[in-house]
Amino acid sequence: MPEQPQPFDDGRAINHTGAGGGTDLAMDEGETLEKTPGGPEGTGPDKKPRSLWSDAWHDLRRNPIFIISGLIILFLVVIAIWPQLIASGNPLDCDLSKAQEGSQPGHPFGFNGQGCDVYTRTVYGARASLQVGVFATLGVTLLGSVLGGLAGFYGGAWDGLLSRITDVFFAIPVILGGLVLLSVVSSNSVWPVIGFMVLLGWPQISRIARGSVITAKQNDYVQAARALGASNNRMLLRHIAPNALAPVIVVATIALGTYISLEATLSFLGVGLKPPTVSWGIDISSAAPYVRNAPQMLLWPSGALAITVLAFIMLGDAVRDALDPKLR
Amino acid sequence: MLLEVRDLHVEFHTREGVAKAVNGVNYSVDAGETLAVLGESGSGKSVTAQAVMGILDIPPGKISGGEILFQGQDLLKLKEDERRKIRGAKMAMVFQDALSSLNPVVSVGDQLGEMFQVHKGMSRKDSRAKAVELMDRVRIPAAKERVGQYPHQFSGGMRQRIMIAMALALEPELIIADEPTTALDVTVQAQVMDLLAELQRELNMGLILITHDLGVVADVADKIAVMYAGRIVEHAPVHEIYKAPAHPYTRGLLDSIPRLDQKGQELYAIKGLPPNLLAIPPGCAFNPRCPLARDRCRTEEPPLYDVTESPVPRASACHFWKECLHG
Repeated sequence: MPEQPQPFDDGRAINHTGAGGGTDLAMDEGETLEKTPGGPEGTGPDKKPRSLWSDAWHDLRRNPIFIISGLIILFLVVIAIWPQLIASGNPLDCDLSKAQEGSQPGHPFGFNGQGCDVYTRTVYGARASLQVGVFATLGVTLLGSVLGGLAGFYGGAWDGLLSRITDVFFAIPVILGGLVLLSVVSSNSVWPVIGFMVLLGWPQISRIARGSVITAKQNDYVQAARALGASNNRMLLRHIAPNALAPVIVVATIALGTYISLEATLSFLGVGLKPPTVSWGIDISSAAPYVRNAPQMLLWPSGALAITVLAFIMLGDAVRDALDPKLR
Repeated sequence: MLLEVRDLHVEFHTREGVAKAVNGVNYSVDAGETLAVLGESGSGKSVTAQAVMGILDIPPGKISGGEILFQGQDLLKLKEDERRKIRGAKMAMVFQDALSSLNPVVSVGDQLGEMFQVHKGMSRKDSRAKAVELMDRVRIPAAKERVGQYPHQFSGGMRQRIMIAMALALEPELIIADEPTTALDVTVQAQVMDLLAELQRELNMGLILITHDLGVVADVADKIAVMYAGRIVEHAPVHEIYKAPAHPYTRGLLDSIPRLDQKGQELYAIKGLPPNLLAIPPGCAFNPRCPLARDRCRTEEPPLYDVTESPVPRASACHFWKECLHG
């Protein structure tokens, strides 16, 4: 068959394509290459046209919710790493004679019950909260997606065993588990709290990873890869994992916010972080008895906590919208 | 003989019982030869092909008997690892729906190149060059520019060409094409079919063409195996089957092709439905739908009668094949 009919063949493509939408025609005239700027997802040396990831990035950059939450998170990350940029004092430098005093020059948020500067403590508190949120999420995501992914891929007895274990972990009430497990830990670093969150949090991600791996596994292209001689590892890493990742990323981003608030809850209950670590949870806890006399003690750390959690949940929402092809 | 399937039995264990998908299939393909396997959905044509490729889902599937001889070697006796080396390199498959058979998040160049990385241990860069070569070979225009694009950016016909390129990458001896043109526009179907047939000639490959489209078969196939309820009911050289079918089911299939000289008349359809594989009717599986059926058909399962009339062997699993052939 001669070359001739092929443009016609291409022109018809619009009917068949799902995800790409109207880009097909343009692409066939060689336009898309210029039109699509290489986002940070474009890893290869060659001009990458749109994939799921660059499509998502394209959407995200135009989403005000993503921009606002991204800026808040960027700001939080910066002050978590270099709190001295905006707070010159020392959060542990307290003067009891000033206890519970209100706002005054140089101390815009006033003082807490120990006479420490609330502004400085609020700024320094970001570090503990973000550390807990980020590392707990990383741990939960890694552990959960590896275990859940393997269970979904291999199925059978391993899957059954893992599913029962997740059920057991789901049955443990978080607060009660925290009170029991963390009360025996005497260290005042953030790691026991992170460890506890990973321990109780991985089953959630594991279930999602298992489900999306099972869905991805049934795709024709996995069967096709198998028919063309791909090994199990290759199928899992190259064909299944990238296609099963989106739901995990979405849930992990949203969960990050909840881990931060869980840290505050545990610290409030006295089993999370412990002084001298500076954390919003600790400050909220110590402010509670004085809420009538010195509301600023409660207001600032809990405001910071609320904004942080909100920012991460907004980010998760924006990421979900961008990665969900059904919303396109 | 390149491939010989001997008395293959495949069943699926489901909650409702054992579904007998393939019940004693025999067929063979030689190098350079095209065998068309014809049948409705559920006739076992795809399951047989999956068993040959070794991509049957086990469980629930189970190969309960038979041999699959590929270049004289029984594939069913090989270890999974050895079979994997054959898949893709010596036998490859073209799937029905190229859009869903290509990974949406990997560029076509990488997917084509994967063949060389997996089987030949080539570097990413070398395999990329090979991918461009392959795309040229299946006549994708501007292959060099398009090698980094993703499957959804290609049209249906182009995607199927890429699937064919993937299957042909390592110049296998056997290609199994499972309804390669079903998902395509009629205009594109012929092009893709021609391409496949041409490359087959060039590389002298054996081709098993699975289809339910008799129109596709006529031009390219050498012989036809018609399957019904997991059995081959008629096996014949292509021109003879069109002239005079020796099984009432084949006749029904041929009669249901729309023809220009029947304009205005109602199109023939085989009455009834394909049998439930959990409960295949006793006797001849086709008897509830067969216009020639009589008592014998309801009790006695017909063997594959030798109905050869020309030098090429021909067979039919109908007690009354003479009536069908000459009536």
